Amino acid sequence: MAYTEEELKKELETKEYEYGFYTDIESDTLPKGLNEDIVIAISKKKEEPEWMTEWRLEAFRVWKEMDEPEWANVKYKKPDFQDISYYSAPNKKPKYNSLDEVDPELLETFEKLGISLEEQKKLAGVAVDIVMDSVSVATTFKKTLAEKGIIFCSISEAIQEHPELVKKYIGTVVPRKDNFYAALNSAVFSDGSFCYIPKGVRCPMELSTYFRINQAGTGQFERTLVIADEGSYVSYLEGCTAPSRDENQLHAAVVELIALDNAEIKYSTVQNWFPGDKEGNGGVFNFVTKRGLCEKNSKISWTQVETGSAITWKYPSCVLKGDNSIGEFYSIAVTNNFQQADTGTKMIHLGKNTRSTIISKGISAGQSQNSYRGLVQVNSRAENARNFSQCDSLLMGNKCGAHTFPYIETKNKSAQIEHEATTSKIGEDQIFYCNQRGIDTEKAIALIVNGFSKEVLNKLPMEFAVEAQKLLEISLEGSVG
Amino acid sequence: MLQIKDLHASVEDKKILKGINLEVNAGEVHAIMGPNGSGKSTLAAVIAGKEEFEIKKGNITLEGEDLEELAPEERAHQGIFMSFQYPVEIPGVSVTNFIKTAINESRKARGLEDMPANQMLKLIREKAELLEIDRKFLSRSLNEGFSGGEKKRNEIFQMAMMEPKLAILDETDSGLDIDALRIVANGVNKLRGKDNAIIVITHYQRLLEYIVPDYVHVLHDGKIVKSGNKELALELEDKGYDWIKQEAVL
Ligand SMILES: Nc1ncnc2c1ncn2[C@@H]1O[C@H](COP(=O)(O)OP(=O)(O)O)[C@@H](O)[C@H]1O
Ligand SMILES: [Mg+2]
Repeated sequence: MAYTEEELKKELETKEYEYGFYTDIESDTLPKGLNEDIVIAISKKKEEPEWMTEWRLEAFRVWKEMDEPEWANVKYKKPDFQDISYYSAPNKKPKYNSLDEVDPELLETFEKLGISLEEQKKLAGVAVDIVMDSVSVATTFKKTLAEKGIIFCSISEAIQEHPELVKKYIGTVVPRKDNFYAALNSAVFSDGSFCYIPKGVRCPMELSTYFRINQAGTGQFERTLVIADEGSYVSYLEGCTAPSRDENQLHAAVVELIALDNAEIKYSTVQNWFPGDKEGNGGVFNFVTKRGLCEKNSKISWTQVETGSAITWKYPSCVLKGDNSIGEFYSIAVTNNFQQADTGTKMIHLGKNTRSTIISKGISAGQSQNSYRGLVQVNSRAENARNFSQCDSLLMGNKCGAHTFPYIETKNKSAQIEHEATTSKIGEDQIFYCNQRGIDTEKAIALIVNGFSKEVLNKLPMEFAVEAQKLLEISLEGSVG
Repeated sequence: MLQIKDLHASVEDKKILKGINLEVNAGEVHAIMGPNGSGKSTLAAVIAGKEEFEIKKGNITLEGEDLEELAPEERAHQGIFMSFQYPVEIPGVSVTNFIKTAINESRKARGLEDMPANQMLKLIREKAELLEIDRKFLSRSLNEGFSGGEKKRNEIFQMAMMEPKLAILDETDSGLDIDALRIVANGVNKLRGKDNAIIVITHYQRLLEYIVPDYVHVLHDGKIVKSGNKELALELEDKGYDWIKQEAVL
């Protein structure tokens, strides 16, 4: 790294206040509803080139003809898409002089998670690009990254500064017509992150983004595009915290990853959208399309810890197009109270000798429903494809549900596919054993859940793993007793 | 230290303990023997606070404090340790992580900071050595795939780590071969001191050759039907439990 630790610290000290969180920002919000004029207005506000406006409009036209999918194992009141405001941007870029001025509720959440801004200052190895509301407020470490030719910025900025890259790759992994939510996102996406790692470059730090919904009644439509050029490597972290809210909020993000020949992308998420209260009111609806494309000898790993959202609909997938490419999916999904999660992955084997691994850990408590849905598809050309899937469910109490829906489609006889599934319950005997050793029930559950999730937690970068463990504990607080 | 008075306990209206009286003082080792199903494990679990069992009558005090209102973890914080007859598995949680959590939670309850990592490591090393436990063993998932003997040795390892005031060992000898028995007994004897007390629950006299008790009690059908010194264990071994059963009927 070009920087010494001291220099990094100094830079952070001067940068930190640029990415505070604010609740009282005057927002520049468009009227509710969605039509071509709104799509054009969004594009205009963002001063986008015409090709982008056209691209959005085409997506909108596709979306208008589509129906909301109903196949997932979730029940909810459908959002009224005409009752949502599709654009909201903070119109000031505020600067604070001290942490005292930052939203205390947010600080509390960070504190609980052990990632207070105070601590973030010290996280010298992590570049942070916080997306607040719809416009990205600040990017740090740009200089260090720029020296390596790495681009890490908001997608809006990328559309302005690197149109050739955006134009070449956007929508190539998740086409606009892919599904209802992807089409919607393509039409109205507000902002998100963009990352490009040049040929042969190993990104020297974990790239990290924090997302947060900040404006009542505005849905969030994030768009992320990560391109790892030939022989490059990047570890990308996406995490989010959201303050409590009464109203349902729609979140429909699209993430596209492109790993060119011999490249590797590690994408880790800790997701903690507001799950609704104990009675099942409120909470975020999270309908996400995440997909990665693997060229020859490349590798994409998705690691996710899902604890939030009232409804989660999310299937990070890999298209293993290139020969010898590798796709991995490691997931922990926790549901409590009335949460519903339908999550899993798709591994599409197109190239020869492609390999995929799926480790899914579902933890259900309260009256929640937790479904794993996975597809392993081996095409006729994919000689010697291999997949290993393991889906474990842990139940707490008698009112929750765990469901596993594995789909396997093979068109090539040489494929080797293994699937293992287990369901277990946290036993009273386990709890009593812990109690007897002086560990109270809450802590005992945290310990058992962490043990259950260990294979996935181990895949997370260090700081993230600690945060994820705490998140698991917080999510299951009060779930027994 | 421990005082049990006229203790009656039931599970789902089934009477299991039917009037137990027992006094254990600091520095003593008591053995409780008795046929299968006589209520030995139940007695241990009731002292440890397993909620499944309901105390119908009588009481238990530890150093004068009534235990009834205390949760199992609070009893543990007071210094009660029970070595389980059937230790449970906790997948993904290593022996080290588990014992570290147990020790720090007990320290927290006493208002102490977490034990510093180097001190913890030193303690683990020392106790593992005492019980001839391999370092690799400590990073395995708690009790998962352990042999019967390994489970019991691990229980005593935890006991050695936690240095309880009152240790209750429920059939710790079962599943142990003679070498392991000697090692485990040695671990238990190291705990013996003027401030500690130990209750050894066993079926067989064998263990008592290594952990020599001050008193032996015979439990039958939820009651202590005979108490004596270590000779009683030998007599039992000789005559079998039928002898006690007959005496109990008389
Ligand atoms: N949870 C329970 N539910 C019903 N019966 C039980 C339960 N636990 C123990 N018992 C019964 O109580 C009696 C004593 O059991 P236990 O204390 O395990 O005996 P020991 O340890 O002396 O072999 C047995 O008849 C056993 O079946
Ligand atoms: Mg027993």
